[in-house]
Amino acid sequence: MMQALIGHIRGIGRRTVDRVSRMGVAARFFLLVLLHSGPSFRRFHLIIREIFTAGVLSLIIILVSGLFVGMVLGLQGYETLQTYGAEESLGVLVSLSLVRELGPVVAALLFASRAGSAITAEIGLMKATEQIAAMEMMAVDPIARVVAPRFWGAVISMPLLAALFSAMGVLGGYLVGVVLIGVDAGAFWSQMQAAVDFKEDILNGVIKSVVFGIAVTIIALFEGYDAPPTAEGVSRATTRTVVTSSLAILGLDFVLTAFMFRGV
Amino acid sequence: MSDNLIAIKDLSFSYGQRLVLKGINLTARRGQVIAIMGNSGCGKTTLLRLIGGAMKPTSGSLKVDGIEMGQIDQVSLYQLRRRMGMLFQFGALFTDMSVFENVAFQLREHTDLPEAMIRDLVFMKLNAVGLRGAHELMPSELSGGMARRVALARSISLDPMLILYDEPFAGLDPISLGVTGNLIRRLTDTLGMTSIVVTHDVQESLKMVDYVYFVSEGVIVAEGTPAEIKASQLPYVHQFVHGEENGPVPFHFPAADYAADLGLAA
Repeated sequence: MMQALIGHIRGIGRRTVDRVSRMGVAARFFLLVLLHSGPSFRRFHLIIREIFTAGVLSLIIILVSGLFVGMVLGLQGYETLQTYGAEESLGVLVSLSLVRELGPVVAALLFASRAGSAITAEIGLMKATEQIAAMEMMAVDPIARVVAPRFWGAVISMPLLAALFSAMGVLGGYLVGVVLIGVDAGAFWSQMQAAVDFKEDILNGVIKSVVFGIAVTIIALFEGYDAPPTAEGVSRATTRTVVTSSLAILGLDFVLTAFMFRGV
Repeated sequence: MSDNLIAIKDLSFSYGQRLVLKGINLTARRGQVIAIMGNSGCGKTTLLRLIGGAMKPTSGSLKVDGIEMGQIDQVSLYQLRRRMGMLFQFGALFTDMSVFENVAFQLREHTDLPEAMIRDLVFMKLNAVGLRGAHELMPSELSGGMARRVALARSISLDPMLILYDEPFAGLDPISLGVTGNLIRRLTDTLGMTSIVVTHDVQESLKMVDYVYFVSEGVIVAEGTPAEIKASQLPYVHQFVHGEENGPVPFHFPAADYAADLGLAA
């Protein structure tokens, strides 16, 4: 009985130490990516290609989701606001919800499942099929050639996708609130314009999406690079990317919100 | 310039506590095709990786072109690797690039050659492996043998002094097998390279290599020219060359008594 308990506690300790040491390895990997980023910027076409893969190819899911989230916000917001006779403020509610929170967070979650998982699977398969080893044998540093361009391509894409998500969301809110329900269009736009502050709201939203972009991308790249070179290893790494980066996004969102909007 | 491109002396290597290679002595003269043979898990691929600098020896000396690989730093290793090529077991072609881009990869990474010259060089290398007409295809559109030949063209793109082959004959049909074997010999001779072939395909490799090393359980158990190997009476070599089921390498994995396992023991 005692032995089993000690074994259990030891197991928890070992898993904790493993996790912490893995985080250390990931942090070192992040540093290595930053240090090896120079060549990527000298050959910017490599980054542009990754912006296409991570950003442009994620456009459909981001735009459609943004539109629907905005439409739902329009419906739900109208229901609540009309109780207080404040339905003209619908534009404010929709835009602030999107720019401050839903834009960066939902876009990052979608980005993690669309682009993050693809990055992990691609790098993991490159490792499993010895493409990474082949590159090293050709005296080409895979961190500089494969990892760094993907990192910067995704980090640049993320705030742009979040901005597009928010823009589509506002459009969705407008369609439901103004076109469908009949809220006054002038009030919708003018109140939005008056209430949304560039620094407080938009800039903070952009900062959030950049931080989420860095977190999601580095998790995706590390999981792929660290994956055991087998089919099972790559599939587990892909799942871990989505789970870990989703948790990281939500955790970081709380911390950033606490700092930015003095909620705490 | 020494006549020996590779000189290995008393080399040992261990993964943690497990000793994988013990007291290896091996030399490869410039222009030779050397085969390293042995059954799966004997340590021959590890030896190839040590020569390529992917790992460092635990003890002993391993020199490639006079450079001691045990003490080499990252920058010098990458400089040395520009003069080396490696053919991986299944080609390891970059799946997101066409055949042309795969062969052009090193030329683009390591040289500032104009595009027209890169194009000519790539076509020359692809022509040497008979696949100039396939330059627009993607790796997923190639057969196993073709992928291996494209990978060979890619590994000779910078005219290396040494090429390492990891199981170049694995999984090939008889025609591709012969083609690959002939290519290795022909390219080694025409480009003045040295080739180290890790393989367990006895018949194909004995046709075209200059010298053979037999590795078993991390030790070189036999060496010689193909004729000497064919005539060898050493039990392990004899079993290997003739593909016999029983010999020093038993058919059965060590197990408890068969009758006892079936519950028939008295």
